[in-house]
Amino acid sequence: MPSFLDPIAGFGVTFTTMFRKVTTEEYPEERKPMMPRFHGRHVLNRYSDGLERCIGCELCAWACPADAIYVEGAANTDEERFSPGERYGRVYQINYLRCIFCGMCLEACPTRALTMSHEYELADNNRADLIFEKQDLLAPMSSGMVAPPHAMASGTTEQNYYAGEFDRPEDSAAPTGTAEESR
Amino acid sequence: MTVTTASTSGDTLEPRPDLVTLTIDGVETSVPKGTLIIRAAEQLGVAVPRFCDHPLLDPVAACRMCLIEVEGMPKPQPACAVTCSDGMVVKTQMTSAVAGEAQRSVMEFLLINHPLDCPICDKGGECPLQNQAMTSGQGDTRFDGPKRTFPKPINLSAQVLLDRERCVSCARCTRFAEQIAGDPFIELLERGSQQQVGIADDVPFNSYYSGNTIQICPVGALTSAMYRFRSRPFDLASTPTACEHCASGCSLRTDSRRNAVMRRLAAVDPEVNEEWNCDKGRFAFRYLESDRRLTSPLVREGGELRPASWDEALVAAANGLKTADGKTGTVTGGRLMVEDAYAFSVFTRRVLGTNDIDFRPKGSSPEEEQFLAARVAGRGLGPTYADLEGAPAVLLVAFEPEDESPIVLLRLRKAAKAGTRVLAVAPAASRGLAKLDGTWIPSVPGSEATALQNLAPDVVDLFGQAGAVVLVGERAAASPGLLTAVGELCDRTGAALGWVPRRAGDRGALDAGLLPTLLPGGRPVADAAARVDTAAIWGAAEVPETAGRDLPTMLKAVEDREISALLMAGVQLDDLPDGAEAALRAAEFVVVLDTHDHAVVQFADVVFPVAAAPEKAGSFVNWEGRVRPSSQPLRTSLMTDARVLSVLGAEMGVAGLESDPVALMAQLEEFSGWEGARVSPPSVAGAPPDPGPGLLLATWRPLLEATHLQSGEPYLAATARAQEVWLSTGEARELGASEGDMITVTGASGSVTAPLVLAEVAAGAVVVTGNAHRALGASGVRVQVAVEGQG
Repeated sequence: MPSFLDPIAGFGVTFTTMFRKVTTEEYPEERKPMMPRFHGRHVLNRYSDGLERCIGCELCAWACPADAIYVEGAANTDEERFSPGERYGRVYQINYLRCIFCGMCLEACPTRALTMSHEYELADNNRADLIFEKQDLLAPMSSGMVAPPHAMASGTTEQNYYAGEFDRPEDSAAPTGTAEESR
Repeated sequence: MTVTTASTSGDTLEPRPDLVTLTIDGVETSVPKGTLIIRAAEQLGVAVPRFCDHPLLDPVAACRMCLIEVEGMPKPQPACAVTCSDGMVVKTQMTSAVAGEAQRSVMEFLLINHPLDCPICDKGGECPLQNQAMTSGQGDTRFDGPKRTFPKPINLSAQVLLDRERCVSCARCTRFAEQIAGDPFIELLERGSQQQVGIADDVPFNSYYSGNTIQICPVGALTSAMYRFRSRPFDLASTPTACEHCASGCSLRTDSRRNAVMRRLAAVDPEVNEEWNCDKGRFAFRYLESDRRLTSPLVREGGELRPASWDEALVAAANGLKTADGKTGTVTGGRLMVEDAYAFSVFTRRVLGTNDIDFRPKGSSPEEEQFLAARVAGRGLGPTYADLEGAPAVLLVAFEPEDESPIVLLRLRKAAKAGTRVLAVAPAASRGLAKLDGTWIPSVPGSEATALQNLAPDVVDLFGQAGAVVLVGERAAASPGLLTAVGELCDRTGAALGWVPRRAGDRGALDAGLLPTLLPGGRPVADAAARVDTAAIWGAAEVPETAGRDLPTMLKAVEDREISALLMAGVQLDDLPDGAEAALRAAEFVVVLDTHDHAVVQFADVVFPVAAAPEKAGSFVNWEGRVRPSSQPLRTSLMTDARVLSVLGAEMGVAGLESDPVALMAQLEEFSGWEGARVSPPSVAGAPPDPGPGLLLATWRPLLEATHLQSGEPYLAATARAQEVWLSTGEARELGASEGDMITVTGASGSVTAPLVLAEVAAGAVVVTGNAHRALGASGVRVQVAVEGQG
């Protein structure tokens, strides 16, 4: 049976909530850092001198359960070198309409070329733009890097690179970052 | 083979003297004497891991991976090198800890020096070493020293690359090169951990069969320059195809990715190519991606060819051919699949209403036409590769198998090793003949017929034996009387006769009746019963009864205005007789069906683009007469020749021409087994070459040359053999030249300069290898020979 106090009881809920901690996020004005292991958009990393880590081995494409990755390898030459060693990824595409962000590709990557950022703003108004090409995925150049193609550091072989001598400090740290970080 | 379980053995089976009975993993089995343990185990379904073992190569026990335990032997034995003997008790890794441990240890040793570069290795994903490291190896390594490294990769040839640190020294490649191909250009060098495959400093691995070593390498040590880093096994869709390059008829596996061919491998076909193919078949497919591909119909307007719609081009072609009103000739080339060739046969007779059709390139003769119609067309299978292998003697006439049908050479080599005698009537003892340990019967070009008629009695007796085979090449047509003499020799001795053309479509075209006197299935045009039979199968009222013109006559008729239109398919200007350009210019109307834009297209009034072999399903017929079906690896919007002819026929008023390859093949099948009259064999007397100054030229087309089917593949082209001039020691002395001197050979229309090689050459002849016909002409012409700069 309705009580005449019922309408006021509703205001009581409102009134008590006014003193609770607010859980609303002011997205997109404010963006909270993601949990460290969040699976966001992929990044194709570089060595500290700017050479690409990707060797175009296609193991990521092989591991991908959603068939979202397409890679074509090609041979580095002395005149045109994109990565240490013989082979580099000439074409690298991830189709974010297919990607399920499981991270199997990261596990497969033998050179740690592929990692995942915290960027999650992957929406668009057409399909074509959601197929990210190599230039969209490559990590931005930071200080000390020279854009490939260029030779390996003098006196080194690819073994020096694979042994970690050209890792950036952040390569060994846990992934961090926010959604603003790139793109 | 007999397999019995231990419980029932001996009770019911009569022991056969040629079988030995042994026990493998507790299962008793009987196998023929001489069977290797590894084969016997395979037949029981036990896979012993192996690298060096290959069923077509001699055992070597180099890798030691297949160690198994044999009771009574002190140490584990290699299963790939020990033959089964009676009462042997074998335990493989399935039942023996000793064998398992031995294999694990061998794998550990192999992996000590094997780099961990699987991610960039082309073999990764289809690698026996990867697979067997998982099945027979251990998960971890105990080796922490530095691995053996080499600078990598090195070129064994322009095409074959070697990563030495990946090699497990199984010697499959070196054994293939020596035992199968007979090109021992690679060998294992050095010892211990430095052991490596190598070549001599100045002799690259330019074997026509080098690609097979890449395929049989059980690790990624040998890779090809053209496939390097191009894709991964899981990217590839594999399609069984037949090779479109020559009449050997190899089965291939075509691997494609995103509608482009990435590589081709030899498929296993014991009856034809076994597990091998040649480099041309393996590597020459980039012509598909050529920028000279025709993609839309072209119509001539105001003297210029311009792209046109299919409707417009079909109307233009139909009008032009109708105007010619039967005065039309059809010329086809060697690229046609048998279904398309048959469609041309039907179209020419039913729509154009003429028998003016010829598939043969220049050098053809009426004698050849009669020979083919009488002895080859519609005769079905035989002689076969198996017949070559079992033959007591094989005679090669005007046929250089290494260049003209390379898989025939491999099979002849296998036969020769087992005791078959190979003889060649040829102007020179070539290297191919040396590989066959063959006997050379010298004859200068033009006098082969005489040489055949004057064969020594003991040689004739050889071919009187059951199973002897005579193989004659297409070049025989250029030597008057030779095909007559070949036929007579076979009639006289009972030897089987094989005609080995060079191009993949030739035998199919012959069976489809692309000759002016021949209907499909070997039926002569002149025979009324054959015409009625043919018309019945075609559902046509009648088949034209006048014999047509062959290619040279057709071209002359064009110039004489007796033929006004030409229908050409897959013909290169180079294939046509000299002076064909004038005829093409004189023709009022030319329709061309082709895949590529080349010289002939420039004479066309209407051009239809058609699908290339890997873009359609169909089949070739190889020299044996065996149908080689080929599936379609690539999608395309282009039509087949048969489909274009079908719509063109409809436009010209003959509707319902069949264009489906399966239906075409079924219809062609109805033509088999003709028992009626045949064209009678030729009877042409040999005409010895006219005496004259200079030497008689002998030449043949090399396997690798600059044709459009081999375009776009520079690594393959770089392995082609350099041009050489061969002279006998006597002729060279007369000329004052010594080995290696540059010799200029001058013919009527050009000259060739190449280094001299002293060889066994018939007196009065000079051999110019490698594509000499463009500059000098065909075999049998007189040429002047001089040391460069002195002529």
